[in-house]
Amino acid sequence: MKLIYLDNNATTPVAGAVFEAMKPYFVEKYGNASSMYPLAAESHHAMEAARKQVADLIGAAYPDEIIFTSCATESDNTAIFSAVRSFPTKKHIITSAVEHPAILHPLRYLKEHGYQIDYIGVDKQGRFNMSQYKEALRKDTALVSVMWGNNETGTVFPIAEIARLAKAHGALFHTDAVQVIGKMPLDVKNTAIDMLSLSGHKFNAPKGVGALYVRRGTRFTEFMMGGHQEKARRGGTENIPYIVGLGKAAELAKARADNKDTLAKMAALRDRLQEGLLSKIPDSKLNGDPDHRVPNTVNISFGYVEGEAILMHLNEYGICASSGSACTSGSLEPSHVMRAMGVDFQFAHGSVRFSLSEDTTQAEIDKVIEVLPGIIENLRKISPFSRLKK
Amino acid sequence: MWDYTDKVMDHFRHPRNVGVIENADATGQVGSLVCGDALKLTLKINKETEVIEDAKFETFGCASAIASSSVLTEMIKGKTLAQAAKITNQDIADELGSLPAEKMHCSVMGMEALEAAVQSYRQGGKPVVFEQESEKIVCHCFNVSEEAIIKAIRTNHLTTVEEVTFYTKAGGACGKCKGEIQKILDKVNACEVPATASSPEKKFADLTIVEKIKRIEKVLEEDIRPQLNMDGGSVELVDVEGMTIKVRLKGMCSGCLAADATLKGFIERVLKEKLDPAVIVEKA
Repeated sequence: MKLIYLDNNATTPVAGAVFEAMKPYFVEKYGNASSMYPLAAESHHAMEAARKQVADLIGAAYPDEIIFTSCATESDNTAIFSAVRSFPTKKHIITSAVEHPAILHPLRYLKEHGYQIDYIGVDKQGRFNMSQYKEALRKDTALVSVMWGNNETGTVFPIAEIARLAKAHGALFHTDAVQVIGKMPLDVKNTAIDMLSLSGHKFNAPKGVGALYVRRGTRFTEFMMGGHQEKARRGGTENIPYIVGLGKAAELAKARADNKDTLAKMAALRDRLQEGLLSKIPDSKLNGDPDHRVPNTVNISFGYVEGEAILMHLNEYGICASSGSACTSGSLEPSHVMRAMGVDFQFAHGSVRFSLSEDTTQAEIDKVIEVLPGIIENLRKISPFSRLKK
Repeated sequence: MWDYTDKVMDHFRHPRNVGVIENADATGQVGSLVCGDALKLTLKINKETEVIEDAKFETFGCASAIASSSVLTEMIKGKTLAQAAKITNQDIADELGSLPAEKMHCSVMGMEALEAAVQSYRQGGKPVVFEQESEKIVCHCFNVSEEAIIKAIRTNHLTTVEEVTFYTKAGGACGKCKGEIQKILDKVNACEVPATASSPEKKFADLTIVEKIKRIEKVLEEDIRPQLNMDGGSVELVDVEGMTIKVRLKGMCSGCLAADATLKGFIERVLKEKLDPAVIVEKA
């Protein structure tokens, strides 16, 4: 059975060109970038080339604004703890209610240790509450950390404006940009963003490598304490093959993000899927902001059925997707994103996210539109709640 | 990805006995849309023999919830109500091969629906929604009572808060009740150990004089006199005033040169340990 992979927000395959670029750095070019001989210089140069590629991807002014990390979770943790350690007298942080756990959990820890955290809410369509945000900003706000694109709904926040307001209040601004990389052109140098996290495996680099952008001049305190690597901003021997892979993937992602046709084609297929499902399946509705959304993501709730059961049936057709249902995660309640958006429980448990890639075909989309209505109908037949709506 | 057995997947893909029995003799329901899983069980019961002749279910939930409901209907058909009532959540999980630990609450839901159905039959077939019997709700997010948690701990020999969450969902949302769950675990698991002294529920200082005397006598009888008897002595309770316990040494102990050491070093030490560190033992 051919796989129909529509879970690219969860992870992506390593691109062939990326894998090829990485290969020499395992067995042949294994030098430690810090050492003093040509073998080491090779590693060092490869790493610096990758740094330039990542800087170009996000529109950073200087390559040395890129710090390589092991993943976006590390980047997020680094940004948060750097902000609070660099400004020890400021005890207030602002974030959104729909962040990734890599932001929410460190902030919960800080809250337990005396910090005040404001969580800015979203409306029914997942849009950032700007007026609540403006009121929350204070003189002692150390950091504002707001995600650029939401992983579950694809909703894109007006980050340039949010960052500008943070800056105007003297607060550092960080964004978790994991879900927008390669999905829209970025130009951080012309924004007020101080720090930005990204993750390699979301754009065809391998799992286990990420980066943190730190604007020149931003006060910084390292998170991983150790050697002098990354200009003493991140201890630990650099993971050269993975960094090379990240660089190559950045180059590919930039080409994709700059190509309007590629993005438009992806958005058109996504919209086809959305329209097909919403029109064919009663009691289904879109989650997220249809007007400000990354082009590859659609999240739809199917009322009165449970998400994991939907996914298990989709598996039988080789279709891979995700759900914000409680049952698919370790937690037992539906996703905090759905709850922050005020999605009713009968819909929250039955949300399914499809995230496309540039390789997704119309035939694949049509297959989903063909099989999903029957799956939902069957599950509703055995659900005691399906009669409720009648 | 959960590790579901073939049998779980079979029952999920091809659920048995789906639907509602018209004019059912028993209807048991558990769960809600809010909780994310719910089960409605209807039974046809032979009034003479109390044998379950038919069982149907409707379930809102994940693959393991559907499979647990489906296999439950198969397990109870042909059984008498009394036999069916003995089915535990572990039996349901065993019948399916196994369930991932995180999904054990699905089997608990089956057991609860069955309990509600049995109750429904006893009440003339009126539908019964499973409710926690106790007044005390520990987890407000999922409406889980202390009794339900204690039952899950005892039935499944749970030792950690995480396990309690997997089996009952308690603590799975906001997590505020995790501390309380830990306390319940401590209490239940302490009781499981055959205790010599009753674990004091009420503080010694808060007991009535009669309760105090009973508790002191119990410790004297179980922990102190047997020791003294070995040396040919004994001890008698004379009076209790607040936290002061007055005793009289008897037999060989009464004239023993080490009487004071026995009184303070042994009797008082044991009573402090078993009752309250604040108690004082004096010679009457």
